[in-house]
Amino acid sequence: MSHGYLSPTGLEIAFVLIGLVTLGSGLLVVTVKNLVHAALWLLVCMGSIAVEYLLLTAELLAWIQVLIYAGAIIVLFLFGLMLTRAPIGPTEELNVRHRWPALIVGLGAAGTLVTVIVQAYQHTWFDPRGAVPLGSGEALGTQLFKYWVLPFEVLSVLLLAALVGAIVLSRRGRDTEEAEA
Amino acid sequence: MSSLTWWLEVGLRIVVVFLGFMVIPLVVGQMEHKAMAHMQGRLGPMEAGGFHGWAQLVADGVKFAQKEAVVPAAADRRVFQAAPAVALIPYLLALIVIPIGPGTQVGVDLDLGLFFALAVMGIAVLGPLMAGWSSANKYSLLGALRSAAQLMAYELPMLLSAVSVAMAAGTLSLPGILGAWHWYWIPWQLVGGFVFFTAGLAELQRPPFDMPVADSEIIFGAYTEYTGLRFALFLLAEYAGIVVLCLLTTVLFLGGWHGPVADQQLGWLWTAIKTFALAFVVIWLRVSYPRLRADQLQKFAWTVLIPLALFQLALTGVVKVL
Repeated sequence: MSHGYLSPTGLEIAFVLIGLVTLGSGLLVVTVKNLVHAALWLLVCMGSIAVEYLLLTAELLAWIQVLIYAGAIIVLFLFGLMLTRAPIGPTEELNVRHRWPALIVGLGAAGTLVTVIVQAYQHTWFDPRGAVPLGSGEALGTQLFKYWVLPFEVLSVLLLAALVGAIVLSRRGRDTEEAEA
Repeated sequence: MSSLTWWLEVGLRIVVVFLGFMVIPLVVGQMEHKAMAHMQGRLGPMEAGGFHGWAQLVADGVKFAQKEAVVPAAADRRVFQAAPAVALIPYLLALIVIPIGPGTQVGVDLDLGLFFALAVMGIAVLGPLMAGWSSANKYSLLGALRSAAQLMAYELPMLLSAVSVAMAAGTLSLPGILGAWHWYWIPWQLVGGFVFFTAGLAELQRPPFDMPVADSEIIFGAYTEYTGLRFALFLLAEYAGIVVLCLLTTVLFLGGWHGPVADQQLGWLWTAIKTFALAFVVIWLRVSYPRLRADQLQKFAWTVLIPLALFQLALTGVVKVL
């Protein structure tokens, strides 16, 4: 099979189309004037990234994306928004002063990432049928717990430290309140 | 296999799953009407359809379809209209990967079926959140907040107890888990089964975890402003959720299609018996338990269910290593 940019396969066309959906919903997240709508567009964005993972045969990663980001994180966002303030209709305070610096930082970060990834992988062609076993739960588990077990454990210690830190911070406030009362 | 028969088979599987999705929740709903009535010394529906009111829910459906679909003037129209679909469709997707019998009696044998089912069920909880916010009604928003707080607390024990079974079987594929199943898994995974089923009830907001829709406090929570077909879709989502939860509990903790006799031929029957027995327990709990308060709910999740789930996980690990 010859590879080229000019004769895309169905998979590549689907990948680009879903990529456009991701990009569009990502832009909407930062441009819509309604906070809850932004969170819901973020859901679309996360969901289409999961579809991209699926197209790249990273099945486990795709479901983790759905479970953690589309499920848990968006629920947390919506909960936080509704608990504080989430009026129906546009929120004027969203016109932040830092819009132009934020745009520059965002474009710069995106440009860096795109350059790096294009430089690194521009001659790598990936065969979806050959890659299927690589993205399965078994393959990923084997990789993670055979060759990458030390970084994995270090990460879990880091998360545990963050968890303990969060508890300490939230309890400290309560102790002083009780002392004052 | 030629591609025509492949497409035929896929189409047939989708049709069968869809029919099951439309019919079984209605059967559970009818069972709820009748079981609740008899537990309370009533008869329940007796007229519609003739024999013991079997067509009551069909009649209800026709009634809902005829009603006007009202969208409140202050509501966020598009989110309001999309919410029932977000609540309902994930359960249909989850149903596709759950095996009802040995061999190929499953919609799709997904390598990560368990993960898939739990992930899409996590999406379903966005339905009530979207409904509650977009209704522009204080009671609806309160209901949505309550359901979000509840869902965040109960997602963790549910996942942990499901992980325990996946660890025992060494696979995340639901047919694979049933392939590795032995009868002694029932006592071994008993605690996990309790945690999973209880946390699942809380995710579905069924009594005694129905604080988000507590009718005596906040009318009907996030669904207060809904009428007609959209309201019916939310109800259908609730019953479809019961079906999916009972099927998953059956597959993970009760051995699915395994049974004392003839489980190779009549596996689907064993699955059905166990699922409906669990659905009966869901209804029974609704009739017999009072509603938990918000603090009781959180306390129960964090101080009872999560430690139990972690204990089950440790037990599974120890037995597996031995």
